[in-house]
Amino acid sequence: MADLPPQNEQSSAAEEEGTRRDFLILAAGAMGALGAVGVVWPLVQTMNPSADVLALASTEVDLSGISEGQAISVMWRGKPVFIRHRTPGEIDEARAVPLDDLSDPETDEVRAKDGKWLILVGVCTHLGCIPLGNKFGDPKGDYGGWFCPCHGSHYDTSGRIRKGPAPTNLEIPEYEFLDETLVKIG
Amino acid sequence: MSTPVPQNKVVQWIEYRLPVFSWAIAHGVDYPAPRNLNYWWTFGSMAMIMLVAQIVTGVLLSMHYTAHVDHAFDSVEHIMRDVEWGWLLRYAHANGASMFFVVVYVHIFRALYYGSYKAPREILWWFGIMLLLLMMATAFLGYVLPWGQMSFWGATVITNLFSAIPWIGGDLVVWLWGGFSVDNPTLNRFFSLHYLLPFVMCGMVFLHLWALHHRKSNNPLGIDIKSPKDTMPFSPYCTTKDLFTGTVMLFVLFVFVFYLPNTLGEAVNYEKANPLQTPAHIVPEWYFLPFYAILRSVPDKLGGVIAMAAAILILFVLPWLDTSKVRSARFRPIYKQLFWVFLADCVVLGWIGAMPAEGVYIVIGRICTIYYFAHFILIMPLLGRFEKTLPLPESIHQSILDKSLKSKTGNIS
Ligand code: HEM
Ligand code: FES
Repeated sequence: MADLPPQNEQSSAAEEEGTRRDFLILAAGAMGALGAVGVVWPLVQTMNPSADVLALASTEVDLSGISEGQAISVMWRGKPVFIRHRTPGEIDEARAVPLDDLSDPETDEVRAKDGKWLILVGVCTHLGCIPLGNKFGDPKGDYGGWFCPCHGSHYDTSGRIRKGPAPTNLEIPEYEFLDETLVKIG
Repeated sequence: MSTPVPQNKVVQWIEYRLPVFSWAIAHGVDYPAPRNLNYWWTFGSMAMIMLVAQIVTGVLLSMHYTAHVDHAFDSVEHIMRDVEWGWLLRYAHANGASMFFVVVYVHIFRALYYGSYKAPREILWWFGIMLLLLMMATAFLGYVLPWGQMSFWGATVITNLFSAIPWIGGDLVVWLWGGFSVDNPTLNRFFSLHYLLPFVMCGMVFLHLWALHHRKSNNPLGIDIKSPKDTMPFSPYCTTKDLFTGTVMLFVLFVFVFYLPNTLGEAVNYEKANPLQTPAHIVPEWYFLPFYAILRSVPDKLGGVIAMAAAILILFVLPWLDTSKVRSARFRPIYKQLFWVFLADCVVLGWIGAMPAEGVYIVIGRICTIYYFAHFILIMPLLGRFEKTLPLPESIHQSILDKSLKSKTGNIS
C-alpha cells in the first residue's frame, strides 16, 4: 500500500498508460479483424461454382435441322437456350417497334445480328421460369414471342419484355457461328 | 415455497457439481405462471413438441435419403415403398411441417391479440420472429429435397428473388446456387442447411424461453403479476394442460398422416424435376401463400421482393408502432374488432396467393396488401392515441374473485 505513488503522479502515469494500451488494443483488434476476414473469405468462396461446373460452360449446336418458323431448346449451364429460326414476318415485326414502346429499350439489330437466328437464354428475367412459345401450339403471348405462365410476362419476337412483371429482356448468351449452321454457345 | 431437490445420493452428487435438478425445478415446476392463462397459451409448447418431432423424423429420414439430383427423387420413393415404416416417417415429417406452422401462426396471433409483444417482452418477441424466419427457411429448403417438379421450380423462383437486389443480385444468386441454375450443388447445400437450421432453432427457443422466464408470461388480462396470489406453479398445472393440448394436436396431425397424407401437398411434386419445363401453375405450400400474394401484388420485381420481406420485418418494430398503453384486446374495444379484420385480411391474402395472378384476384390482392401494411403503419399508432380503453382490473387475483362473486350472486337471483 505504502509503495503506491502519490495520487497526481499515478493519474498522469495512468493517462500515458491509457494511450499506449489504447494503441495496443486497436492494433490487436485490427489484426484480429483482418484475421477474421482472412478466415471467412475462403469459407464464403467455397460456395461459388466449382471448377468442373465452370468447365461445362460452353456447348455446340447444329442448326441445320431447324426449319423456318421453328424453335428448339438446348441445355446450356443447366438452363435452356432458345434458338428460333424466325420468319421474315417475325423479323420485320421485331424491327418495326419504336424504342419508345420498350421498357428495356434494345434494337432487334443488336439482339439478333444475323436476323433470322434469334438465340436467347430461355429463362424469364422475372423469377426464372421457362417461358412458353417454342413448341407448336404453345401460347406465344400478346406479342407473338413467348409467354411466361408463372406471373404473366409477355415477350416479343425479339425476346424483349413487353408486358408483365419481368424487368428486362430475355438474355442473349455469348455465342459465335463456327460455320453456316454450327453455333457455339458460351 | 420452492420445491426441494430429491435427497437421493446420485441426484445430490450431480447437483453439487452441476445444478441441473434445481434448475429444472425452478423452470419446469416452480415457475410462477399467471393463474388465468387460457388455452391459447398452450400453443408455444405445442410448437416445441413439433420442433422435436420434426428433428426426430428428419434424422431418421436422412438415413435413407440421397442428396443427389439423379437419386433424390428415387430415394424418396424408396423410403415410401421399401423402408420399413418409411411411409409413416415421411408423411409424419411432411404433414408435421404444416402442423408446426398452424400452431406457430396461432401462437403469433395470440401474442397479437393479448399484446404479448409489448414492453417488457420486445426481445422475447424478436426471438419469436427470428424463429418464424428460421422456420420458413427450413421448410423451404426441406421442400426442395424430394426433387419433384414443384421442388425444383419453387427453388428456382425463390432463389431468383435475390436477383432483384441491385448490383450484386446476379452474382449472389450464382453463389447461392453454386452454379448457373438450381442443380446438384444447390441440392447438396440445401440438404446441409435443412439439417442445420432446426438445431439453430433449438438454441433460439432457449433464448426465447430465457427471456420469457425472466420477465414472466403475459396473460389474457395483459396486466402485470403483482403478488404470488396472481400465479400458480408451472407443474402440475401448466404441464398437464400442455400435455392435454399436445395430445389433441398429435391426434389432428395423425388424422392427416393416416387419412389425408397428400391433401396439403401438390400432385405435381410426384413428377421428377425437369429443368426444361415449368409446371403451368406454380404455388408454394399453404403457409407461404399470404406472403406470395403480397409479392405478386406489387407490379415491380424489386418492389415485390421488398414488400414481401417488409411484411415480416415490420413485426420487429410492432412494439413501437403500437402506441397503446393497454396490452390485452379485452380492454381495447376497437382493436378487438380490428384484430379480426386483420386476421381475415391475412386469410384472404392466403387465398389470393393460391389463385392465378389475373383479373379480379390482382385487385383483391392489392387491396389486402395495402390493408396489411396500413394495419401496422396507420392503425396501430393512431389507435393507441385515440382509442378509449376500458378500465383494467386491479389484479389477476381480484378479477378472478370478482368473476366468481358475480356468478354466485347470479345463481341466487
Ligand atoms: C419454434 C417456434 C416456437 C417455439 C417452440 C415457441 C415456444 C414458446 C413457448 C413454449 C412459450 C411459452 C408458452 C406460451 O406462452 O405459449 C412461448 C412464448 C412466447 N412466444 Fe414463442 N415459440 C415459437 C415461435 C414464436 C414466434 C414465431 C413468435 C412471434 C413471432 C413467438 C412469440 C412468443 C411470445 C410473444 C411469447 C410470450 C407469450 C406470453 O407470455 O404472452 N414465438 N413461445
Ligand atoms: S417468372 Fe416469368 S413472370 Fe414471373
